[in-house]
Amino acid sequence: MKLALKVTEIEQLSPLVKRFRFEDPKGASLPVFSGGAHITVEMPEGDTIRRNSYSLISDPYDGSGYEIAVRREDRGRGGSLYMHRKLSEGDDITVSTPANLFQLDLRARKHVLIGGGIGITPFLSQLKQLDMEQKPFELHYAARSREEAAGLKLLPKAAHIHVHLSEEGARMDLGAILDGQPMGTHVYTCGPEGLIAAVADQAARLGWPKSTVHSEAFTAPPPGEPFDVVIASTGQTVTVKADQSLLEALEAAKVEINYSCRGGVCGRCRTKVIACEGRILHNDHWLSIEERAAQKDIMPCMSRFKGTRLELDL
Amino acid sequence: MTMQFNDETFRGDYTYHNSQKAIRRFPFPFDQDAYMYSVNIEQHPGGPEGSPFEVMFDVDEHYVAEMKDREITLAEDPLRCQSLPHMELAGWDLLELIMVSKARDYPELFTLHRDGNDWHWINKPLGIEKKFTFLDPTTLPCGPMEYITRQTQGDFALLHERDGNLWMDAGMVTSQADWSLDFDVGMNFFEWHAPVPKARKMGVFDKALKFLLSVGQDQSYRRLNWTLTVNPRLDTSPETYHKWGPEKRSVTPENVGRKQFLRVELQTFFRLPRSNALAFPIRCYLANLEDLAGQPKWGRRLHRVLRDIDPTLAEYKGFAVNQEMIVDYLSQFDDGAPTSPGIFPDG
Repeated sequence: MKLALKVTEIEQLSPLVKRFRFEDPKGASLPVFSGGAHITVEMPEGDTIRRNSYSLISDPYDGSGYEIAVRREDRGRGGSLYMHRKLSEGDDITVSTPANLFQLDLRARKHVLIGGGIGITPFLSQLKQLDMEQKPFELHYAARSREEAAGLKLLPKAAHIHVHLSEEGARMDLGAILDGQPMGTHVYTCGPEGLIAAVADQAARLGWPKSTVHSEAFTAPPPGEPFDVVIASTGQTVTVKADQSLLEALEAAKVEINYSCRGGVCGRCRTKVIACEGRILHNDHWLSIEERAAQKDIMPCMSRFKGTRLELDL
Repeated sequence: MTMQFNDETFRGDYTYHNSQKAIRRFPFPFDQDAYMYSVNIEQHPGGPEGSPFEVMFDVDEHYVAEMKDREITLAEDPLRCQSLPHMELAGWDLLELIMVSKARDYPELFTLHRDGNDWHWINKPLGIEKKFTFLDPTTLPCGPMEYITRQTQGDFALLHERDGNLWMDAGMVTSQADWSLDFDVGMNFFEWHAPVPKARKMGVFDKALKFLLSVGQDQSYRRLNWTLTVNPRLDTSPETYHKWGPEKRSVTPENVGRKQFLRVELQTFFRLPRSNALAFPIRCYLANLEDLAGQPKWGRRLHRVLRDIDPTLAEYKGFAVNQEMIVDYLSQFDDGAPTSPGIFPDG
């Protein structure tokens, strides 16, 4: 289901990050959600609709509005630029109902949340849920500088909220954070891939069970060189523009395809490759290393192609 | 109150009965003259007026009697209702979903007033009036899932999503087709389905799990499942097999039409908003062969389905022992005429 909302607030949080608030035009209550959930925002430009997914940062049990924080990616496909430059307060905006691919495991005795840069966003709704559930947690937020740290304006000041600014010499020490946590603690990481890998590595070294280590890496699809794909069922050739994802190009060409996260993590848009003369540029987090190498499957929401022929089983 | 509730029992003297109206709206599960597993999933709610598919949670003439039967079962065996500690939030989600739906769909039976988290619930058929604080368990006499499912027909499983699987971490199960919550609680989707023959090899469960994991918060679905039960007994559990198992031997060619019941499960799926858990209500409908055969299309089709069914399924569904008698009885209603497509009765 899609929700037709209005932009009611835009706030510049840092030079690159803006906060947006959306509400129902008639003030109706929006579906409540769970901490870590995201919505997909539609950004129509010309004849294409770009869709990016953003974590909700507002109170999950407050249906009066949804809030997201968007970092401007000057070298992106243009989705975040649309949000930053085209959208004004009072504009209409269409979003999806919330979905969650990064939920808290409420079995945990304690939750350790680690956010790097804009990766702080899913934790902003999670910490509200944890507060309401009265569950013990600590949050660590790492950013380069105070100026860039958009999350500072959104985080409460509390003893269990830790801010690590590397420019001020306070780099995050993962060993110190993870060592000595009580049995039954779960850790959640969102941010650059390097941070996610470092937390996973540190947790493994300290003997944490894999099932207690969670991460979310989804980002907007990257731009790249244009390429063509052939749709097996119709023989139609679809051109993917530099600033379009393959999924967006397929949608613009009215090819039926399933999707949910649009960030390479949910697996819904997985598509079989019938012919591949060239190299698939896998940018998703769904396919295994072996599946990537086989070039028999592609995740159209994130991945691109370089070569002479790519035929999809659609 | 427009709805009349039957005074009837689901054990002992088995006075359970269906009115003509209840028979006509029975969720007959066979859309063709043969049966094999399929992932037969449709959007829910939605269906012809008066059908059990029309609203989220169907309330019918058996409501009050079913709730009394649940009370008896729970008093004898409290482990029929279990909720692991992390599932309380999902219990509140379920309570909200049911109260909001019932108050909307049956305003003459149920009322819900909400002022923030101060809620006032009135259930007229059961004579319940309760003021409580939403999300505060100390304001209810029991946990939220137990509270609302003591007032709602059907069994309920609440499934927790983690590690790409679903885990049955809470439930209220007193009208089940021979499975045990106490045995299954804490199991994942593949574990609790392990006893089902053939289906895993057919890939049914992989597909079903993939589908369930992708169910979104604004979507809800249903499917029908079925088995056969001797006598109109809701509680056919492994724990009480000694009470109902031997009843299979009480069927004779003379009484089979009245004693042999088709047991249909209306299974629905909902993604719950705050907990991101899945609610899996399993509503049980019972009708005996005689009542079903009163609809000519159903008499013909039921005969053909039960006559030609895969023997493994007849065994699994527990009616192989009486299959011949059942098929013989039903053959009198099958004149060989073709049947119309779909599940609904003709005319």
